[in-house]
Amino acid sequence: MWDYTEKVKDHFYNPRNAGAVADANAVGEVGSISCGDALRLTLKVDPADERILDAGFQTFGCGSAIASSSALTEIIRGMTLDDALKVTNQDIADFLEGLPPEKMHCSVMGREALAAAVANYRGETWVDDHEEGDLVCKCFAVDAVMIENVVRENKLSSVAEVTNYTKAGGSCASCHEKIEDILSTVMAERGEVFQAAGKAAPAAPAKSNGLSNLERIRLIEKTIAELRPQLQADHGDIELMDVEGKTITVRLTGACTGCQLAGATLGGVQQRLIEALGEFVRVVPAQAAHSAAGA
Amino acid sequence: MEPIYLDNNATTRVDPEVVEAMLPFFTEQFGNPSSMHSFGDRVGRAVKQARAQVQSLLGAEHDSEIIFTSCGTESDSTAILSALRAQPERREIITTVVEHPAVLTLCDQLEKEGYTVHRLAVDNRGRLDLDEYRRLLSDQVAVVSVMWANNESGTVFPVVEMAEMAAEAGVMFHTDAVQAVGKLPVKLSETRIDMLSLSGHKLHAPKGIGVLYLRRGTRFRPLLRGGHQERGRRAGTENTASIVGLGKAAELAQAHIEDENTRVRAMRDRLEEGILAQVPHAFVNGDLDNRLPNTASISFEYIEGEAILLLLNKSGIAASSGSACTSGSLEPSHVMRAMGIPYTAAHGTVRFSLSRYNTPEEIERVIEAVPPIVAQLRKLSPYWGEDGPVTNPEEAFAPTYA
Repeated sequence: MWDYTEKVKDHFYNPRNAGAVADANAVGEVGSISCGDALRLTLKVDPADERILDAGFQTFGCGSAIASSSALTEIIRGMTLDDALKVTNQDIADFLEGLPPEKMHCSVMGREALAAAVANYRGETWVDDHEEGDLVCKCFAVDAVMIENVVRENKLSSVAEVTNYTKAGGSCASCHEKIEDILSTVMAERGEVFQAAGKAAPAAPAKSNGLSNLERIRLIEKTIAELRPQLQADHGDIELMDVEGKTITVRLTGACTGCQLAGATLGGVQQRLIEALGEFVRVVPAQAAHSAAGA
Repeated sequence: MEPIYLDNNATTRVDPEVVEAMLPFFTEQFGNPSSMHSFGDRVGRAVKQARAQVQSLLGAEHDSEIIFTSCGTESDSTAILSALRAQPERREIITTVVEHPAVLTLCDQLEKEGYTVHRLAVDNRGRLDLDEYRRLLSDQVAVVSVMWANNESGTVFPVVEMAEMAAEAGVMFHTDAVQAVGKLPVKLSETRIDMLSLSGHKLHAPKGIGVLYLRRGTRFRPLLRGGHQERGRRAGTENTASIVGLGKAAELAQAHIEDENTRVRAMRDRLEEGILAQVPHAFVNGDLDNRLPNTASISFEYIEGEAILLLLNKSGIAASSGSACTSGSLEPSHVMRAMGIPYTAAHGTVRFSLSRYNTPEEIERVIEAVPPIVAQLRKLSPYWGEDGPVTNPEEAFAPTYA
């Protein structure tokens, strides 16, 4: 259960100013049905001094979205529009004596609805620039889109840099894996490979692309030849049988035949071949390929 | 007034008889079951008895097919990773889009490591397309992992038939059955299921104990290596008190399975009928002809699930807005989205999951409590007018059903 303050609970259970203001002359509609939050803020503004005489809300959302909407209307009633625009989302959260980090976007939605309503009153066009992405860092409420943009624009290449630019990952560290995933994706766009430690490495050339079939098979033979002494030392051996597309068929012989670790050996061979060729290949034992073909 | 617990797909209360069975294993029965003395021997015998009790609940042919683990997640991981390690030449996995995160997240990671993951889609009732499944089965597939019953929609998958199809194609079959065991009759000896996961806390045993069923003769690679416990298939000193508790819970579940499918099912049906009769723009999710007997997934359009849960909780009613494991997320349930439930309804989905401890009186109290809560939240919603849903200006969000 979310750790809501008593003030949040109070504004959720007893919302203030719920419903649309009857004779409103300013309306702000923001939110996203896909994210599960939508808010329509209606204001009655005195044209004489642009003072907010009345404010009402209609909210589709969770407990903190309803509480944030209620808090917003309480904060801005009586303010001039200029003063109301100085209200930040943090002011809404502070009014509620805090929101869980994951729920800070509810206060942001309130602030945006206010900006949209003022723009509506003044006949301006308000543009919703709220990004919709998976929340990556729950401690600091940073979403994936923001991290992607910052990594892209600033050519970042480490989790530490992401933390410096966005705060994401700066607390409990549980999101570091997700940040690394984003770094990997965005860095690949600029031809770099994310490395957990140290500077980014240039993307490995796709070796196979430049290889003829004959060169490719020779490289496979060479890699297997390099592996054979290790297996021979254990009284086993390996033999290349066939290469068909991404499937490389080998035969294990000697002590490797029937060895309980044959699967691990094949896995190791496959890994070495993937590294040598710079592409994904599948290594299958000759007998397995035979039985599969007959299945 | 006593609170009403309707979140049994998340976890169940521990049966008092289970607690009683466990207590001596925290006090005088403290021996290590692996020890070669009488302290260990007494505990070892209790673990053996628990294994037989679980074997009986699962209808397994041999007690040696039961491996005790720490939870359903560990069982799922062990099953899938074992299948991959035992058959390194096979690089594909078949699963579904509605699995529990224990399987989905593991598969996401395996995909990053180069495996191909086929995720079977579901229709708007949460059902699988078996023709698509048949098409995907090949000698490249290392393992099929399909849940027996979905934790959110309650839809039951035809895993016995799917295991048969997998066996004919020479593919290992695993099922995550944590929601099914204890609610549906299971007899593994008459199926071709190779591996099955169950979790103790879903059937009135404590949290932190699970089982992996491993059919005799199935190729296997342990997840945890070390000591010789569980015949070397799951190293680590046995969680003996919980194992004993799970054994007792398995015995009780077997005794109550008829009740689950009659009395509990009738209460679930009454709950659904009672709510739908009073609340407009609400509907039941899942395969109505083939569902878990205890699960009611109801979507309330134009309002949001967490807000419903908070008000239900204030009324002393505990339910869930989807999988408990994903409730920390802000996304709507992946199961509801996979079923094509529109956002206006997916966000407002509440899962009521019953157990044998619930009473008809409790169900009547819930039927009474829900309609005013829904009405209260709809009054706040921008999508709801005086008499029903508004069509403007959010017309684009108006839900449609396939």
